[in-house]
Amino acid sequence: MSFPLLTATAVVPAVGAIATAAVPAARRTAAKWLALLFSLATLALAVAVLVRFDPDGDRYQLTESHSWIADFGVRYELGVDGIAVSLIALTALLLPFIILAGWHDADPLETTSSRWRPTQGFFALILAVEAMVILSFEATDVFLFYIFFEAMLIPMYFLIGGFGDRAHAGSDENATAQRSYAAVKFLLYNLAGGLIMLAAVIGLYVVAGNFSLQEIAQARADGSLDMATNTERLLFLGFFFAFAVKAPLWPLHTWLPNAMGEATAPIAVLITAVVDKVGTFAMLRFCLQLFPEASKWATPAIVVLALISIIYGALLAVGQRDIKRLVAYASISHFGFIVLGIFAMTSQGQSGATLYMVNHGLSTAALMLVAGFLISRRGSRLIADYGGVQKVAPVLAGTFLVGGLATLSLPGLAPFVSEFLVLVGAFARYPVAGVVATLGIVLAALYTLVLYQRTMTGPVKPELAKMPDLRVRELAVVAPLIALLIGLGVYPKPVADLVNPAVEHTMSDVQKKDPEPEVEAAK
Amino acid sequence: MNPVNYLYLAALLFAIGATGVLIRRNMIVVFMCIELMLNACNLAFVAFSRLHGNLDGQIIAFFTMVVAAAEVVVGLAIIVSLFRSRHSASVDDASLMKL
Amino acid sequence: MEKLIALLVAAPLLGAAVLLCGGRLLDRVGHWLGTLLAAASFAVAVVLFTDMLGKDAEDRSLHQHLFRWIPVEGFQADVAFQLDQLSMTFVLLITSVGTLIHLYSVGYMEHDERRRRFFGYLNLFLAAMLLLVLADNYLLLYVGWEGVGLASYLLIGFWQHKPSAATAAKKAFLVNRVGDMGLSIAIMLMFTTFGTFAFGPVLGAAEETGEGKLTAIGLMLLLAACGKSAQVPLQSWLGDAMEGPTPVSALIHAATMVTAGVYLIVRSGEIFNAAPDAQLAVTVVGAVTLLFGAIVGCAKDDIKKALAGSTMSQIGYMILAAGLGPIGYVFAIMHLVTHGFFKAGLFLGAGSVMHGMNDEVDMRKYGGLRKYMPVTFVTFGLGYLAIIGFPGLSGFFSKDKIIEAAFAKGGAEGWILGSVALLGAAITAYYMTRVMLLTFFGEERWRHRATASPEEPGAEPAAETRGGPGGHAEPHPHESPASMTIPMVLLAVGSVFAGGFFSIGDRFVHWLEPVTHHDHGDSPLSAATVTGATVVVLVVGVTLAWFQYGRRPVPVVAPRGSLLTRAARRDLLQDDFNHVVLVRGGEHLTRSLVYVDHTLVDGVVNGTAASVGGLSGRLRKLQNGYARSYAVSMFGGVAVLIAATLLMRAV
Repeated sequence: MSFPLLTATAVVPAVGAIATAAVPAARRTAAKWLALLFSLATLALAVAVLVRFDPDGDRYQLTESHSWIADFGVRYELGVDGIAVSLIALTALLLPFIILAGWHDADPLETTSSRWRPTQGFFALILAVEAMVILSFEATDVFLFYIFFEAMLIPMYFLIGGFGDRAHAGSDENATAQRSYAAVKFLLYNLAGGLIMLAAVIGLYVVAGNFSLQEIAQARADGSLDMATNTERLLFLGFFFAFAVKAPLWPLHTWLPNAMGEATAPIAVLITAVVDKVGTFAMLRFCLQLFPEASKWATPAIVVLALISIIYGALLAVGQRDIKRLVAYASISHFGFIVLGIFAMTSQGQSGATLYMVNHGLSTAALMLVAGFLISRRGSRLIADYGGVQKVAPVLAGTFLVGGLATLSLPGLAPFVSEFLVLVGAFARYPVAGVVATLGIVLAALYTLVLYQRTMTGPVKPELAKMPDLRVRELAVVAPLIALLIGLGVYPKPVADLVNPAVEHTMSDVQKKDPEPEVEAAK
Repeated sequence: MNPVNYLYLAALLFAIGATGVLIRRNMIVVFMCIELMLNACNLAFVAFSRLHGNLDGQIIAFFTMVVAAAEVVVGLAIIVSLFRSRHSASVDDASLMKL
Repeated sequence: MEKLIALLVAAPLLGAAVLLCGGRLLDRVGHWLGTLLAAASFAVAVVLFTDMLGKDAEDRSLHQHLFRWIPVEGFQADVAFQLDQLSMTFVLLITSVGTLIHLYSVGYMEHDERRRRFFGYLNLFLAAMLLLVLADNYLLLYVGWEGVGLASYLLIGFWQHKPSAATAAKKAFLVNRVGDMGLSIAIMLMFTTFGTFAFGPVLGAAEETGEGKLTAIGLMLLLAACGKSAQVPLQSWLGDAMEGPTPVSALIHAATMVTAGVYLIVRSGEIFNAAPDAQLAVTVVGAVTLLFGAIVGCAKDDIKKALAGSTMSQIGYMILAAGLGPIGYVFAIMHLVTHGFFKAGLFLGAGSVMHGMNDEVDMRKYGGLRKYMPVTFVTFGLGYLAIIGFPGLSGFFSKDKIIEAAFAKGGAEGWILGSVALLGAAITAYYMTRVMLLTFFGEERWRHRATASPEEPGAEPAAETRGGPGGHAEPHPHESPASMTIPMVLLAVGSVFAGGFFSIGDRFVHWLEPVTHHDHGDSPLSAATVTGATVVVLVVGVTLAWFQYGRRPVPVVAPRGSLLTRAARRDLLQDDFNHVVLVRGGEHLTRSLVYVDHTLVDGVVNGTAASVGGLSGRLRKLQNGYARSYAVSMFGGVAVLIAATLLMRAV
C-alpha cells in the first residue's frame, strides 16, 4: 500500500497541535517556533500532494479507504480532485502566514498568572483548525465530512472567544462581553446549520444506504438510485443551509462581522480565508454532485440570494466605521460572487468560483493582515482614528493599497481573473444577473478607496506621528502574499489547469452544457 | 367466579393507591399507597395469567415483588434519613428536587 | 520584429517595478532611470515604425503571442499584442510625449522628496497605456484600461496629504469604474455573442450579427469611453483631476489617457458601422460634450481647470468624429495626435507659469507675464494658435476636417452636428484667447499681492519646498530651467507643423486607411466654404474675448457673473447633481441598510435567541420540586397516553 499522503497532510498539523499544547508555560517562544515548523511541514506535504496530483487523471486521486463504523456503512474515505487540491494548497500556504502574523497576539499580559499558557493554546488551536479544514477538503465520505465540518467549530469558538482583539473601543469588560457574544453567535449559528445538515445526512443514509460520496453519485448518475423529487429537494436544502451559513450567504451572514470584528486579525483571516471556504467548497462537491436535480431547481433562488449578498455586502461595507467589519462585509460580497459562480452552472462560472476561493483567500489575507498590523500600532479599529498614515509609514500604506486593489479586483492582480470569469459565466446563463453583479465592482471600488482615503491620506493625525513602518516579520508575511497576487494575476494558468477538469466533472454531474455563442466566429 | 372481577378489583385498588399518592402528605402513607398500586398490578397480572392460560403474568408478578422489595429498602432508608435531618415526614417539605 | 513589441511595454514596466520596490537607494538616480526607460520605449517604437514604413500598406500589422492567460473551456484569453498603423500612431504619441514629460518632470518635481515614486507611477502609466493600445483582444485592453486608471488615481492623489487631492483621485477612479462596468459588460456580450473577444474574430464577424446585439455592445463601449474620456455624463472627474501635478495633467489628462475612449471607438469601428443607433449616440455624446466643455472652459479662473474644460471639449470633437463612421475615424485620430501635442504643450506652459508664480493657479492674479517668461510665452502662444485652429497650424487642419466630416454626415443630423462643431470652434477661440490675455497680457495684477499659501487647498504643494522662505509672498516671475523649456519647445514644434505634415497629400489618411477605412462622404458644403466659416467663427471668438478681456482691465476678484457663468463655474451643476443624488442618496441608503442589517436581519437572529431564552425561563417554573406535582403530571401523562391509544384503536 502506498504512503497515505492525504492522511499525513492532516495528521501533521494535528500532531503539531498536541505538541504545541504540551510545551511548558515558560517556553512560549519555543511553542511559536514549533507551531510554525509544523505548519511549514504541512505546507511541504501539501506541495507533495500538488505534485503527485495529475489534473488529467482520475476524478479522485490519492484515495484512501478503510472501514470505520461498519454497521452504518461509515468509511474513512479520502480523495482529492483539482478543486480540493487547490484549496488544500491555499490552506497550507496561508497557515504559516497566519501564525507569523499572530506571533505576538497571544503573548500573556503582565497580569496573567504564570500557570496560564495562552500562547501554547492559541497556536495549538490554530493548527487544530488547519487539520480539520484539510480533512474536510479531503473527505469523500459524507459522514466523515460532517464530523470535521462540525468539529472545527470547537477550536474556532475558543480562538474567537478566548483571544480577542486587544484593540477595542470602551472598557475591558465591554470588550469581553462583545467577544463572548461574537463567539457564541458564531457557534450557535453554525451549529444550527450543522444540525439541519445532520438531519439531511441521516436522511441521505436512509435513502441511499451508505455514506460514500462516490458510490451515491455513481448510483445517481446511472439511475440505480432514484430519489423522489421532494426527498431530494429537502435533502438538498438541509445540506445547502449548513453551507450557506458557513459561506455565509445573505441573510445568514450576521455572525461574520461580529466574529471577524472581535477576533484578532490573523484569526479573522483564518475564518474568512480558510474556514468559510469549506462552505462554498462543499456546495460544489456535495450539493451539486449528490442532488443535481434539486440544485437546478433551487438555482434561481440561490442566484438571487447571491446577488443580494454581492450588493448588500458591498453597500454595508461602505457604511462601516470599523476597519475589520468593513473587510467582513466585503467578504460577504465576495462570497456572493463565489456562490453566483457555482450556481451559474457554466464552466467559466465554476472555474471562476474555484479560482475565486483561492484568490479571495490571498487578497483578504493581504488586506486583513496589514489592517491588523495597522490596528496593533494604534490600538483602535475605528476608521476615524486614522489619517495620513501614508506619510509616516509608506510601505504599510503601499501594501494596504495593493491589498485593497486586489479586493476591488484590479486587472493584473489575481482576483480580477476569477471575478471576471464568474461574471462572464453568470452573464452567459443569466444576463441580468451578470449585469447586476457588475455593479458590485463599482461598489467594491467605493468601499476600498474610501477606506484607503480615510485611513492613509490627508493630514497626519498627531497620535500617529511616531508610527513605525512595517517590521521585517510583518514584511515577510505581506510580501509573499503580494507576490502571489501579482503572479497569479498575470499567469493563472497553473491553477486554472488544475481546476478545469474537476469543473468539467461537476458540469457533467448536473448535466449542464455551456451556452453556445450566437455567432460562430471565423477563427 | 369470573376472573374479570379480579381485574375490577385490581383497578379499584390501583385507583385508591394513586389517589393516596396524590393527596396524602405523609411520606410513609404515600409509600404504602405506592405499594398498594404495585400490588394492584400484581393482581392484574395474575388475573391475566389465569385469563390467557399461560404463566407469563405470574412470572412478572414475581419480578414485581422483587422490585417492590428492593424499592422498599431504598425508599424507607431515604425516608428515615430525611426524617432525621428535617424532623418531618411531609412530602411537601422536601421541594429540593429542582435546581 | 514582432519580438520587439513586448519590449515597448516591458521597459516602462520594469522601470515602475524597480522604482516602486527599489527603496531609498534609488532616490538620487530614480528620475533619470525612469526617463531613460521611457526613452528606450520610444526608441523601440521608432525602430518598429521605420520597419513598418518599409512594408506594404496591407501587411503592416504585426502580431506577437506571449502566453495563454486564462484558459477555461470556451473562454480563452491570451496575452498577445497587435501592432498595426492605429496602434503605431498611439505608441509613437505616447512614448514621445511621455518621454518629453518625463524630462519636464525632472525639473518640475526637483524638490519633491517623493520624486522617485512619482517617476515610478509615470512609468507604470506608460506601461499600462501601451498595453491598452497594443492589446489584441478586449480583455487585455481592459487590463491596460484599468491600469491607466490606477496610474491616474495614484498620480492625481500624488500629494495625498491634501484631502482635496485624495478626494479627487478617488472620484476619478470611481467615475472611471462606472465606465469600466460598461467595458466589462461589452466584453461579456461579445463572449456570449461571438464566443471570443479578440479583435480579429469579433470585428470580422460583426456584420453577420444582429443589429440589436451590436447596438448593445456599442452603447456599452460608449459608456466605457465616456468614463475614460470624460464625456458627458461621466465627465465630472476631469476638472478635479487637476489636483495632480501639472506634468500629470499634461500627459494623462490631456494628451494620452483621456483619449483612450476615442481609441476604443475607432478600434471597434466595425461594430459601430453596423449599429447606426449606437453611432448616433456617440455623435450626440461628442456634440454635447464639446459644447459642455467649452462653456465650462469659458468660466474657470483656474488656468488648469480652464484647460481641462478645453480638453473635454476637444475630445468631444474626436468622439463626434468617431461617431461619424468611416468618414470621421481618420480625422478623430488625427485631431487626437495634434491635440496631444498642443494640449500637452499648453499644460506644460501652464505648469511653467505656475512654477514661476509660486504655484498660483488663478489667472486673475496673473497678467503681463510675456516679458518675464519669453520661452513659455512663445511656446504657449503657438499652442494657443494651434488649438483655436489658426490657419496653417496643426489644429486648423485636424479640426477643419472634423467640421467638414460632420456636415458630410448628411441630412438634418449633418447640419446640426456641423453647426455645433462650428459653434464649438467659436467658443474655443473665445476661451483660449481669454486664457492667453489673462495670463500674458494686460496689467501685472500679481504685484503687491501675496499668492496663495501652499497650505491652501488650491495651491500645488510643490511650492512648499520651492521658492525658499516666504515663498508665498509676492511672486517673482521667472523663466523655468532648461529641462522644462526643452520639452515645451519640442511640443510647440509639433503643434505647429504636425497638422500640415499629416495633411500633405493626405498622408495620414493613407496611413490609417487599411485599419479604419475611409469614406469621403458628400458634404452639402464645399471644403472651401467650411474652411471659410471656420476662419470667420475663429475671428468672431477672438474678437469677443479681446473686447471683454483685452480692452478693459480685468478685475482680480471674479465678478458675480450671469446665471450661466455661475453655473459654468460649478461645472454646469453636474457636481451638485451628483452630490445630491448619488452621494447623499448613497449615504442615506448605506446608513439605512446598516440599520436594517442590525435591527432586522440580525434582529431576527437575536430575537430567536431571546425568545428561546425567555421560553426556557417560563418552562423552568413548571419544575417546582414538589414530588406530588410530578406525580400528578405522570398520572396525567399516562392517562393521556392511554386515552390516545384507545382512541387510535377505536378509529
